[in-house]
Amino acid sequence: MIRYELLELLKETLTNELVVCNIGSPSQELHAIDDQPSNFYMLGTMGLCSSIGLGLAMATDKKVVAIDGDGSVLTNMGTLATIGNNHQKNFILVIVDNGSYGSTGDQPTYTGGRTSLAKVAEACGCDTVVECSAADTPDAVKAALAGDEMTVIISKCDSGNRKCPVITMNPIMIRERFMAEVAR
Amino acid sequence: MAKDIDRRIIQDLLDNGVDFVTSVPCKQLAGVIEVLDETEALKHVPCNKEDEGMGLCAGAFMGGMKPAIIMQNTALGVTLNSLATLIQFYQIPLPMLISYRGEVGEPVACQVEMALHTKALLAQLNIPTYHLHHASQVEELPGILKHCQMCSKPVAILTDASFWGSAT
Ligand SMILES: Cc1ncc(C[n+]2csc(CCOP(=O)(O)OP(=O)(O)O)c2C)c(N)n1
Ligand SMILES: [Mg+2]
Repeated sequence: MIRYELLELLKETLTNELVVCNIGSPSQELHAIDDQPSNFYMLGTMGLCSSIGLGLAMATDKKVVAIDGDGSVLTNMGTLATIGNNHQKNFILVIVDNGSYGSTGDQPTYTGGRTSLAKVAEACGCDTVVECSAADTPDAVKAALAGDEMTVIISKCDSGNRKCPVITMNPIMIRERFMAEVAR
Repeated sequence: MAKDIDRRIIQDLLDNGVDFVTSVPCKQLAGVIEVLDETEALKHVPCNKEDEGMGLCAGAFMGGMKPAIIMQNTALGVTLNSLATLIQFYQIPLPMLISYRGEVGEPVACQVEMALHTKALLAQLNIPTYHLHHASQVEELPGILKHCQMCSKPVAILTDASFWGSAT
């Protein structure tokens, strides 16, 4: 199952939760599948999805789901230590682990090799870490949303992208409609 | 260890609504960080790298908080992409309290190397930059913080060795 199919499956689970979505294909696919004001699309800044999500979760009581990627977490690996030391009950980090830099043509990342982000997350102090298949991810997200624990979900996906339009929405528009959802 | 200047800076942040701070330490900023950690009304979330910190700040801002970052000028390079594509692109106000290492009074030669690039990089990014060279210039801080919120931009507050050296 590729990221696009996972995001399609997540559509019914992520209805009005606040979602912060990784740069490139992940945001383009999410936007094409289910554009909503509660989605914050990153148009740049590879690596900071989990950080934005954590900062947001610290400032709101609402549930925050960050949909990140393995390559992006690898590039900002310190984020897992910050997350592990700042438990935020309302924060769910979903790492779409397709073992590749999807957006740029599926070049392999080290998570397709010897590196386990689940073990890194655990070693960083994250208590609830779930590694599962893409097919099992919606249930894992549902459980995390129903629960009261910060959860890191490593969703094992196949490499591959669905061609979707580039997001042309103005960044201020993305942010302002998102902030209106946060404040609602 | 903290000085009056450190308490004054933290009070100015509080008075201007800042309630979220991320940081990577610098020797010159140790006193500010000490007071920060004693100040409950300011949430302090240390980060591991300053671009990560800018992500935290962007998230906190979207959640309704007023963030600031405390960092050393040597970190400027690692934040350029985050400043341009996140903080500036999405118009997020972000005061950056920066220790300006490598200026007159600096004991470590290596620090001079990034000092030489600091203002050029900030100018290249069109970041409003305020260089505080004497402790008395701390008076400008409230105005700078208001200006930052008014224009929804990152602003750099450079504090050099003379600033910290003249402080009590
Ligand atoms: C600093 C920087 N380097 C490289 C890129 C190019 N880039 C954009 S998205 C991406 C891949 C991210 O991979 P991952 O987080 O695993 O997401 P995936 O697309 O695989 O879901 C890369 C390398 C970039 N945008 N910024
Ligand atoms: Mg990937």
